[in-house]
Amino acid sequence: MANFYLDNKDLQYHLSHPLMKRIIELKERGFADAKLYDYAPQDTEDALDSYKRVLEIVGDVCAEVIAPNAEGVDHEGPRVVNDHVEYASGTVRNIEALNEAGLGGMTLPRRFDGLNMPVTCFAMANEMVARADAGFENIWGLQDCAETINEFATEEIKAKFLPRVSAGETCAMDLTEPDAGSDLGAVMLKATWDEAAGLWRLNGCKRFITNGDGDISLVLARTEEGTKDARGLSMLIYDKRDGGVKVRRIENKLGIKGSPTCELVFNNAPAVLVGDRKMGLIKYVMSLMNAARLGIAAQSTGLCEAAYREALKYAGEREQFGKPIIGFAAVAEMLKNMEAKTLASRALLYETARFVDIYKQLNHISHERSLESEERQEMKFYNRLADGFTPIAKMFASEYANEVAYDSIQIHGGSGYMKDYACERLYRDARIMNIYEGTTQLQVVAAINHVTKGTYLEQIMRYEENTPTEATKAMYDRLVELRKVYEAAVERVETLDKECSGYKDFHARRLVEIAGYVIMSHIMLRQAGECEAEYLAPTTIFVKYATKKIREAASYINDSEASDVELFRA
Amino acid sequence: MEKVTKIVVMAKQVPDTRNVGKDAMTPEGTVNRAALAAIFNPEDLNALEMALQLKDRIGSATVHVLTMGPQRAADVIRESMFRGADGGYLLSGREFAGSDTLATSYALACALRKICPDIIVAGRQAIDGDTAQVGPQVAEKLGLPQVTYAEELLDVTADTVTIKRRLERGSETVVSPLPAVITVNSSAKECRPRNAKRVMKYKYALATSELATADEQRKSFIAERDYLHIVEFGAADVNPDPEQLGLAGSPTKVKKIENVVLQAKESKSLTADDKDIEALMQELIASHTLG
Repeated sequence: MANFYLDNKDLQYHLSHPLMKRIIELKERGFADAKLYDYAPQDTEDALDSYKRVLEIVGDVCAEVIAPNAEGVDHEGPRVVNDHVEYASGTVRNIEALNEAGLGGMTLPRRFDGLNMPVTCFAMANEMVARADAGFENIWGLQDCAETINEFATEEIKAKFLPRVSAGETCAMDLTEPDAGSDLGAVMLKATWDEAAGLWRLNGCKRFITNGDGDISLVLARTEEGTKDARGLSMLIYDKRDGGVKVRRIENKLGIKGSPTCELVFNNAPAVLVGDRKMGLIKYVMSLMNAARLGIAAQSTGLCEAAYREALKYAGEREQFGKPIIGFAAVAEMLKNMEAKTLASRALLYETARFVDIYKQLNHISHERSLESEERQEMKFYNRLADGFTPIAKMFASEYANEVAYDSIQIHGGSGYMKDYACERLYRDARIMNIYEGTTQLQVVAAINHVTKGTYLEQIMRYEENTPTEATKAMYDRLVELRKVYEAAVERVETLDKECSGYKDFHARRLVEIAGYVIMSHIMLRQAGECEAEYLAPTTIFVKYATKKIREAASYINDSEASDVELFRA
Repeated sequence: MEKVTKIVVMAKQVPDTRNVGKDAMTPEGTVNRAALAAIFNPEDLNALEMALQLKDRIGSATVHVLTMGPQRAADVIRESMFRGADGGYLLSGREFAGSDTLATSYALACALRKICPDIIVAGRQAIDGDTAQVGPQVAEKLGLPQVTYAEELLDVTADTVTIKRRLERGSETVVSPLPAVITVNSSAKECRPRNAKRVMKYKYALATSELATADEQRKSFIAERDYLHIVEFGAADVNPDPEQLGLAGSPTKVKKIENVVLQAKESKSLTADDKDIEALMQELIASHTLG
């Protein structure tokens, strides 16, 4: 029996990270649930064992059901029937299997029938689902909308909707409109208070909505008449059972064809408010987006894994000039770099997920009781790291997904360009990942603040506090040198930005990339120190690659004059 | 009080003969169990699924798994609990060792008399022996009607079950009175996956003999949770005639086991014309490969 968890040692390694202990401690609040629920853990070890077993179930369903359905789903796709989405038959089967396995509400508290697992584990599940079928991951991964409901909605709303998510109902987040894509402040979908019915009514149109016909939708709408910017927007929940929303069409996309991207028409659709009015974009969408970005980082990492494995398999089987092509240096080097990128992407993903877990749990606890001053500091500390790491995790993973999928086709040669191998689907699926939930360019906008505020540098210095082993010493020294390159680059950019406004924007991506490369290298280095057999070789390869990328970016910055800003202005 | 329908699935832990490596057989020609992973007999998983479907339809029903084997066969019961079964019975003891199908079906029938199920479901056959005899023999011994080669559960009422059977050249739908024994084909619906909450709930379930060697903490944990206790029957618990158990009750004698190594023979090229094909047909009929 194939299993996407058991066949992936790297994934298992991340579950054993020391920070998991703290995460479990916070998530389980003294293991009080053990007295109330027969499936709640008794202690840390028990919790970790349960996580492992649940991830094993995910790995089984992914390998045995979802992956074999992926090609059929890609061909069949969803369709609109009587104003609603009808999924491809494979998608229906996937949802059925995951629901039989009881994998809805993975992170939700047990009082809402959830599994109360950390975000880190949910990200692992998402990664495996995406490895099996990236398009399907969109549908299933949207259950993280429930996290936003759990964080901000009233107890009454939570009790109504969250158990349904745990039972396997699907979600959607209805944000974008024809004239409001990256600029969500321009959203115009109108919400009006219906005094007689005691609820809100939604009217207008949404576009590019993933799983737009999902059971439970979070809708960004304008509740404040006459406003035109972000301050007039609120977050509402639309329940499909109430009716009032029609699917006008499903987009015909390049990839992730199994995931229905919908254009929706709201006609007096009833809705309830989540949290406070006017905080829709400012607070709740930001929360949704951060979770969604972590989701895309997981999806991208899963795609890297799939594309790398396809290439590795093909290169071992395909013979030319009398031997398997994996024996040729040019092919082998590509494969090794693909593997290193996959591992680095995963390392950054779970480092980020752990930061998010600790921050989120302390935040939840802060609503139950006042935090001790130490806990408050801990929350602040991890909040900053989570905010800083989420955009780079999303950015690197999604860019790598594209690069690895590209190389996967290259290794397949002419056959890879045909529809006969999975790599062409992976390549098409990957292309959206550095676009949706904020393009790479927008991740840079979020990340550059952390370059300026020093979040990355501080964390790099913390990584440098780890003592290297004999085997990792040379790489460690290299990373110290590269950190100095980073500092010098930041200093130069900030100085020249004062002379010429726009200089920092011009180099923002380069600075963020340098920081990201140093960070990923450090996380990999730590792994290599702990587990040489598994990680020393790919870490060495990755650090070589990172060095090249950093030097290239730094050299560009060093050679770049203030006048470049004008030169590149379109 | 509403009647609770008792469904029992007979399941077996078998060596995984689907992935046979070069160490699969001992030099003596017997199955090298150490080299082969012990797995849930595949068709018994189809049977478990049908039992769970019966439960889903009936509502007020329980599904228990009965397995005969050594202590480690309790894995089959735990696996079933992870997928939806309410519990199980492990039939274990030296007395059962060396059983052929006759002795196995006798032992299982003894246990079933004690359990008194309303519906018994089993896989058509196990991949280690491939006899397909145990299910029908159990039915005969208990004097129950049997539905073999079951592929799909169509309906169940208080006293009948309607089943689609997979036959060599088609299918047939039969209605059987209950209680009955149903043996399920691999073409039936695959078993549902493990369920996350059930795995977390039942992961510490132990059979009586396993419990005996567990640490004190585990013992008291299970003592407080009855659902974690897998019932274990020894021979004495099921009131058998000792003569019909194990080796003594097994008339099957293995005369000789041969290790057959399949070797590719020379190939033969045929043209597509009717004469060549006709000649091949005759040859295959003559060698009893066809017909």
